[in-house]
Amino acid sequence: MAEFFHTTCSLPTPLAYLVAAIIHCVLIIHVVAVGALIFIWLERKVSGRIQDRLGPTRVGGAFGWLQTLADGIKLIAKEDITPKDADWMLFKAAPYVGFAASYCAYIALPFSDGWVAQHMNTAVFFILAVLGIEVFSPILAGYASGSKWSLFGAMREAAQVVSYEVPLGMCVVVPCMICGTLNLVTIGNQQAGLFTNWLAFNDPFTFVVAVVYFTCATASVNRAPFDLAEAESELVAGFHTEYSGLRWSFFFMAEYGSMFLVSGLAAILFFGGWNGPIPIFQVLGWSESDGVLLYLARLGGCLNFLLKGTIGVVVMMWVRWTLPRLRIDQVMTTCLKYCVPIAAFGFLGALFWQVNELPTSNDLPGIGINRFEARESWVIEADQQRASRAAAVTPSPSDVPIGPIGSVEFDRVEALVMTGGAR
Amino acid sequence: MLLAAFDWHSLFFMFFALLTCGFAVAMLFSDNVVHMAFYLILSLGASAGLFFLAGAEFVGAMQLMIYVGGTLVLLIFGVMLTAQSRFISMKTRSGEWVMALVLGGSLLFLLLTAAFRVEDWRDGNPNAADIGIAESKTTTQIGMGFTGVRVDRLDAPEDSTLVPGMSGYLLPFVIVSVHLLVVLVGAAYMARTKRRATSTGAAA
Repeated sequence: MAEFFHTTCSLPTPLAYLVAAIIHCVLIIHVVAVGALIFIWLERKVSGRIQDRLGPTRVGGAFGWLQTLADGIKLIAKEDITPKDADWMLFKAAPYVGFAASYCAYIALPFSDGWVAQHMNTAVFFILAVLGIEVFSPILAGYASGSKWSLFGAMREAAQVVSYEVPLGMCVVVPCMICGTLNLVTIGNQQAGLFTNWLAFNDPFTFVVAVVYFTCATASVNRAPFDLAEAESELVAGFHTEYSGLRWSFFFMAEYGSMFLVSGLAAILFFGGWNGPIPIFQVLGWSESDGVLLYLARLGGCLNFLLKGTIGVVVMMWVRWTLPRLRIDQVMTTCLKYCVPIAAFGFLGALFWQVNELPTSNDLPGIGINRFEARESWVIEADQQRASRAAAVTPSPSDVPIGPIGSVEFDRVEALVMTGGAR
Repeated sequence: MLLAAFDWHSLFFMFFALLTCGFAVAMLFSDNVVHMAFYLILSLGASAGLFFLAGAEFVGAMQLMIYVGGTLVLLIFGVMLTAQSRFISMKTRSGEWVMALVLGGSLLFLLLTAAFRVEDWRDGNPNAADIGIAESKTTTQIGMGFTGVRVDRLDAPEDSTLVPGMSGYLLPFVIVSVHLLVVLVGAAYMARTKRRATSTGAAA
């Protein structure tokens, strides 16, 4: 995008980058903030319907769709109270830490083919790392509030999130292993075609892993039935007991932001990302064209992705208003005695399936694509360069093209490792 | 134009470097243990920002995951569970300041002399635009060295005692990792025996 501003609008390079960065930031902050507005309203409606109520009906017309906005105005008008015993600096900082972490993870999350703020080769790893930081916000809030409810909540949250990261990481490894990349855009593109190409339906083990991933993701963003950190029947409101007004709402924006984030990650890793169940745009040939048609195809992909992420969030709400809250020991049991072994079993099973080249849904006749044709551009370039080098009989050292990963050296090491192993 | 003449990359580098150093100093001068941990988080996070700025996303994410995420959760656990009074404050004595200065200064001296001894780093600022990713210095050589392949010695004359190219650092690497494992097991053992001692003490 920076190139576009540089060439088309003839802005100087730094300014072009600045404009591009601002556009990305504003778009993402809208996903987080407006998303939170919509999801809070949706949660009220869903919970109301599940409990045979109507939910909000008055504000903003028929469905009460302006309810969250009214709540937001009320929250802004509230007094910002800091308790006497609180650790002033950490108390003020804690909500922002959580929101910043949740927001920061969106940088690497693609919304459609190539529509990503920062195209990273290790996007999966980045998102997991940033999600791991989010736990600091409740811990800091709980400690700094100077209240024992808050401290208990923070301790529970820390124990829970740290232990659930283990199965979560194990589940995320499986799609990365099948696709052979950590790049979310590539992982999404490899699932193009019919919905049978989605990694959840790749083999039976990946489906199990997808279910375990969703369980662990629900736990790691503190949603019921794993919301012990804010168990209101025991701990008032857990780590945000002492917060009021806008600071309190920052915790909620972070929570709903990370809910959509983990659902979106699930959509990309297991459920095809921005590829719809039926590849309409591919059949029409729009995704291979350029200009407006390509843009429309990508816009459709983006809508697909948003829909899938929202479905994930709605499932989380459904689970929340259906299942009772677990005790802390039951939460730990679920993680250590069920999620970890099942994730490990699923990982081994998927590995076995890949190694033995057992038939996957990707092999089905019809629109099934060759998964390994969708690769990162630099891998394709390196492969082409290597092929052209091999084709040239006597390349002189000066015009040997140098591949991004490792040039001639890398090939020599590869050859050496092969022959060295034989020795 | 003024904007184009400005070196934005160095500006961002200075920004993150200042954040890193500033929070590190803030950590030194704060009395509260939890504040120290918080400043340490911010300092380590800003150094991850430096890695991202250099285009090393994997190392940056690694920094976030291992240092910021893992170690500091443990640190906060330790601090919060072991601190007897909630606002435990640590006053540094002057003797400890001197000790720390000597230790830190000698370490800094060692690092600086080592860094200035590297030939490639001496000559000025090469123009970043001229350097392709392939020719830039990466950690690939070190990584290959750890797994047993010395990439820099591929052209060296064959030594009959060594497999060519295979004279890497695999053995020291394995020794260090086994050592780390032993330390971890030892730490777990000590933590458990301590708890058992207190529980029996309470029972008695």
